[in-house]
Order: sequence, then C-alpha cells, then structure tokens
Amino acid sequence: MTKVAVQFTLNDEEQNEFVDSGSTLLAVLRGKLGLYSTKAGCHQGSCGACTVIIDGEPRLSCLTLAQRCTGRMITTIEGLTRDGALHPLQQAFMEGFAAQCGFCTPGMILAAKSLLDRNQSPSRDDVIDAISGNICRCTGYEPIIAAVLAAAEQMRAEMKKSA
Amino acid sequence: MAKKRGRGMAAVNYPTGMNLGGDPSQALVHATTTGSFIVTLSSVDLGQGLKTVMAQICAETLGVPTENVIIDTADTDTGPHCMGTFASRGTHRIGNAIIMAAKEAKSVMLEVAAEELEVDSGDLQTDGAGNIHVKGSPQKSISVFNTALAAHFKHGKTISGRGIFLQPRSYPEPETGKMTPATCYAHACTVAEVEVDTETGEVRVLSLKSAYEVGRALNPRMVEQQIIGGAWMGLSHALYETTEPYYPDRSHGPVDFNQYLMPGPGDLPEFENVVIERPAADGPYGAKGVGEMTANSPIPAIANAIFDAVGVRVDSLPITPEKVLRGIQALNARAPY
Ligand code: FES
Ligand code: FES
Repeated sequence: MTKVAVQFTLNDEEQNEFVDSGSTLLAVLRGKLGLYSTKAGCHQGSCGACTVIIDGEPRLSCLTLAQRCTGRMITTIEGLTRDGALHPLQQAFMEGFAAQCGFCTPGMILAAKSLLDRNQSPSRDDVIDAISGNICRCTGYEPIIAAVLAAAEQMRAEMKKSA
Repeated sequence: MAKKRGRGMAAVNYPTGMNLGGDPSQALVHATTTGSFIVTLSSVDLGQGLKTVMAQICAETLGVPTENVIIDTADTDTGPHCMGTFASRGTHRIGNAIIMAAKEAKSVMLEVAAEELEVDSGDLQTDGAGNIHVKGSPQKSISVFNTALAAHFKHGKTISGRGIFLQPRSYPEPETGKMTPATCYAHACTVAEVEVDTETGEVRVLSLKSAYEVGRALNPRMVEQQIIGGAWMGLSHALYETTEPYYPDRSHGPVDFNQYLMPGPGDLPEFENVVIERPAADGPYGAKGVGEMTANSPIPAIANAIFDAVGVRVDSLPITPEKVLRGIQALNARAPY
C-alpha cells in the first residue's frame, strides 16, 4: 500500500509518521502511536467513542483520514493530564462516578472539553447537546451530565481565583 | 388530542445468584514479599465495579488498606474456578469466597507477626492502616510490610488462603415443586410518571423514583451508579429497544448503533433513589446482589403509568408509539358517542 507522510501536533508534540494512505486517524493513534485511550466502538461514526479534538473541534477519528490531519493540532485524552494533575473534567468524572466500564469516557470527556473551551457556563441542555453524539451503555448519562456541569463550575472558580 | 399524565408502580423481588448445578465461586489470596495482597479470581469485572468491591471486602477482612489489595482477574484457564459474573451473584458469591480466603491468610499473617513480636497470635489485631499490634497496647506492633518480609525470608511461610462459596443445588420436591433456588433476595419498588401524547402515541417518562433494599451497600456510590444506569436501561427496554422495529421484513432490522434505538442524554427522566440497608445473614458484610434488578421494576412501572394516563394496556415490549396509538384508537372505537 502507498505510504504517505503526515505531520501534526499531538498533545503538544510534533508527530511525523509514514502511514498507509487511506488509514484513519483512529488507526494511526491506536495502531501506530499506541494511544489506546481513543476507543474504537463502531468504526462508522455512530458511537462517539473515538472522539478527539482537532483544532478545537470534537471530531470522530474513525471518519477522519490521517492524511487530512497534516498541520493540525490534535488532542487525545492523554493530553489532558498536566504534570500528573488531572483536568477538572477528569477529576469531576472520577468524583461523580461518571464512568463504569469506561469505554465511552475518553470520548465523552473530549466532547465535553471542547464545549467548555468555548462556553464556560453551559446549561444542562448545552451539555446534553455536546455529548449527544456519544453513546454510553452503562451510566444512564445522568452522572456524566452532572460531572460536566460540576467541572464547568470548578473551572469558573479556578479562573476567578487566578484573575 | 392532548398530553395526558399518569403514574404507575411496580415492585421486584430479585434472587442473588442462581440454581443450576450448584453455584460456586473460588478465590485465592496471597501476600507478596512486601505485604501487598493479591486476590486471584476467574471472575470478570464487566464495568460494574467488581474489582473495587472485591478489594474492599479483602481489605476489610485482612484489616489492611484497600490500596494494598490487587485484584487479579486475568485468566479463566489458570485461575480458581468461578461460575461467572451474572445473575447478580458477583458481590455475594465471590465476596464470600474472598472473606474465607482472606481469613485463612490473615491467620498465617498473625502467626508470623506473633513470632516476630514474641506474643500469642490470639492477642494480635490489625489496625486497617498497615500495622499489626497487640490488643490494648498499640506500641507493641509490627508493620504488615515487615511481617510479609519475615514470612518469606525468615520463617519460610506463605501468607495465603483459599476460599470458596458454594450455594448447593436445590432439587424440587416432586409433590409440591417446592425448592430453595436462592438464599437471599433483594427488593425494590419503582414509581414512574409518564406523559402520553394522544395524537402521536409518544410516551415521555418524566420521573423514575425507586427504593432499593440491597442488604448492605458496600460501596454506596457504586450502588447508586447501578440504580441509575439500570433505571435508564429499564426505560430503554420499556420504550425503545427491539431488533424488529422495521417493516416489512426482518432484513430491515437494525444492525448498528444508529438503528438500534436506546434513549440518549436528552431523553432522561428525573431519577430519585433511596437505598434501604437490611444486612443479609449470608451476605459478605451483609450485601446482596443489586445489579440486574435495577432494570426490572422500571419496565412494568412505566407500562402501568401509561395505563393510568390513557387507559391502554400494552403487554409487549417495547411500548412503541404505534402500539399506544392503536390502543387509544381501539378505546375510542369502543366508546359510546
Ligand atoms: S468508532 Fe468512531 S464513532 Fe464509533
Ligand atoms: S461507562 Fe460504559 S459505556 Fe459509558
């Protein structure tokens, strides 16, 4: 198969890879870079488990060709933890018992992060809207919605403190 | 054409475990050289939190911190036997097996500690924080860490234990059919409130309020997780899930997440739960199984609420708008003008 060069920023690090042309970003993240936290639930854009953030937008990595990522900034859940400190969303998911099997969790958190990055005071409906492309089969969604709202509150409080 | 509200309730008695050829689970516990405890199981954590609760049970029995317990569920070929993670049996069956194994391991640990401290092992107790000391005189103590080291390198002992919980098979009495299929039952009751659109037949569940009697909630937040996740699943069974919603034939059935419908985050009712604790005599620290029953009572409660709202009794699942609408039409056709 033809190989193509791709170059993107992944969690603040420059990546240069030769990948099979036509391979998805999901396949590159899991298969080549060994970042297994990006989950593969359906490979067809209907579960949201493979959600990553590309240039600030939540994107389904199973439907994104790796080739199209050249020059882009990509965030996976590995990129959320800074110096061992959890992101407020990760902390809120943990404290709010918002994960059971955890399969949907990375995608949920990244979908929520891109919401909170552009809207610091989301309503419950905003949160529902932001995670409506992500399927969870364990939690009944309620703890996830509550955790995202709790993280938003926490982030607002932190901003006030540092302001 | 209107939106009509109704309220329904349903209760469930749910057996913990099952009764086929007997219902056993085994556990093995051993200490590492540095006093961590490994619990070897063939049981599987499905995401419900089995590993967390098993670590709690082992730690409680040994009297060591939960962080010092590692649950290994690696391999059903090489691990001790387990019937499996189903029938809401995990906490109860496997938990009891772990208590038995941990008790045996603890007695070896205390024997070694007794020799090190030159006291009688019957006078020793663990403090839950990683130390063993003489009852009533906490200054005469040795750490679990040093006890494990001594066992391995001085005394030539393994700090280990074996455990099994077996619920023996129950045979029915030929005359009466009477039997004892399970030893403990959890109980729950759900009240559902719905709103039915009489024009479209659509049902919206407004709230699911449940009370659960679970023996003892070993991990209260995880019990709550099960209850909310289960209520959502019950709602899903009641109104959404089917492999055959399409016409005219089977080949049009759903094959993926897009077509096999379940409620999303925008379809949630208000959830409210109360947990009642009445420790079960044969449960590990009083616990019963709470897993599967959480998806049970919401279903008939929703069906009853629909009947209360519009007088339509739907007796097959899921209760689709079509079934509700046909029911309403049949009622209207019967009604005298
Ligand atoms: S794996 Fe990408 S949406 Fe399911
Ligand atoms: S926690 Fe299991 S799918 Fe969401």
